[in-house]
Amino acid sequence: MPPATELRHTPLTAAHEAADARLVDFSGFLMPVQYQGILEEARHVRANVGLFDLCHMGRVRFTGPQREQAAQFLVHVNVSKLKLGAIRYSMFCREDGTTMDDVLVYRDADEIFFCINAGNRDRDVAWMKEVAARFDVQFEDLSDELAMIAIQGRHSTTTLAPLCTGGPDEAVRKPTPDGPPGIDGPGPGALKYYSFYRGTVCDTPAMISRTGYTGEDGYEIYFAASEAMRVWNALLESGAACGAMPIGLGARDTLRLEAGMALYGHELDDTTNPVEAGVIVKPIKHPHDFSGRAAIEATVASGPTRRLVGFTTDSPRVPRQGYSLHAGDEQVGSVCSGSPSPMLDTHIGTAYVTTGHHEAGGRLEMDIRGKRHPVTIVDLPFYKRDY
Amino acid sequence: MSSPNDLKYTESHEWIKVDGDTVTVGITAHAAESLSDLVYLDLPSVGDGVNVGEGFGEIESVKAVSDLKSPVKGEVVEVHDGLEDDLTTINTDPYGGGWMIKVKLAGDLPSGLLDAAAYDKLVAEAS
Repeated sequence: MPPATELRHTPLTAAHEAADARLVDFSGFLMPVQYQGILEEARHVRANVGLFDLCHMGRVRFTGPQREQAAQFLVHVNVSKLKLGAIRYSMFCREDGTTMDDVLVYRDADEIFFCINAGNRDRDVAWMKEVAARFDVQFEDLSDELAMIAIQGRHSTTTLAPLCTGGPDEAVRKPTPDGPPGIDGPGPGALKYYSFYRGTVCDTPAMISRTGYTGEDGYEIYFAASEAMRVWNALLESGAACGAMPIGLGARDTLRLEAGMALYGHELDDTTNPVEAGVIVKPIKHPHDFSGRAAIEATVASGPTRRLVGFTTDSPRVPRQGYSLHAGDEQVGSVCSGSPSPMLDTHIGTAYVTTGHHEAGGRLEMDIRGKRHPVTIVDLPFYKRDY
Repeated sequence: MSSPNDLKYTESHEWIKVDGDTVTVGITAHAAESLSDLVYLDLPSVGDGVNVGEGFGEIESVKAVSDLKSPVKGEVVEVHDGLEDDLTTINTDPYGGGWMIKVKLAGDLPSGLLDAAAYDKLVAEAS
């Protein structure tokens, strides 16, 4: 790791140091990989609630008259059909359908907001600026001025709602809010999953989003970076009675893998396309062009030659990125990610395998330094919450 | 935290305890703590040869696989049976119950082994 002084800090780095977290280089940021232990933290989020510093991620937006057209060129979802306050998962693709990044798209009344990956931020920004130049839009990179914290777990509403004002508009509001209300309104518990509203957290204007990367119910909140430490501490205090504690990126990776969610650099990279990854599986119905559309539709029509699958293994060895998968003498796949799974009590992994070997229940062998270990293909996700 | 004075150490964070021409090998408290969540251990068999700086096994944590490097040259005469089923011992008692193998030395101890003070200095400088 480069000297810690050369790594970028987030507005919360001092809190992680004070909590004696183990800090590592993640995409050029000094980030907490663990506090207590990866598996213990993962279990804690499943049972209680955890807080995640996500300030390293990229936060960007288009404003201006053609913001929706510009955004539409970048993603496969029908941007202008999204309800105000809706969020969708998509990918930035090249013309050949390969993936530059996976993103969340937020449609607001006067902007289209994106949350992008830290590791792809520079090239995403360059690409978005290039696209912005073709439209009557303004592009802004708000990554440094906005903080981002995730609150994840069954007690996330109990933790967050007492600090919030406002509530979602009807279009993205649940008939019956989950958990306690906010200070002066229905609060975040009234948000539908994958939607957001603008209110306040600790009296600071905030975008409150019911999203996450753990498979649990939860929120991701965006607000002024200068308030990050105050909000972080308030969340820890607010959630203390239901077990709120900070969670590192190590547990986050195990949680997202159990939830079957892709991580750029593992399930997605410069060679994969959204059809192989299982994000786009049917012909696209809307008429709008977007980067990669023709190539993606051709892959949908022909069927992908390889597919992203989940697998479990009874081997004591943890699957690791790059291990090969075999059917007899033939190599038919390559591992993307692996981890022990606290919920399944076995090791789990994802892999790209040749079409035909992708059906759940199929048995393959994973090669680790010349030794073969049996694996079983299973449907994703590995874990679904039961509340 | 000070490492035990009666052991010698490698820069790759193994320890040895010398008893005549037999040495016991394990990994240091610092190594165990850095690895944290241990999930798998692969040790050699009795009778296997080991060489200085070469792998004698593998240890795996949630996040990574690491080679265990032999501090000495010789033949494995005893392997800690059952350790792979109780990996937390490596964290809780790295210099005692966490021992991994015993090796009958072929020739002298290699030069370059560290005493406890030198090893502690190495760890302090790295963190």
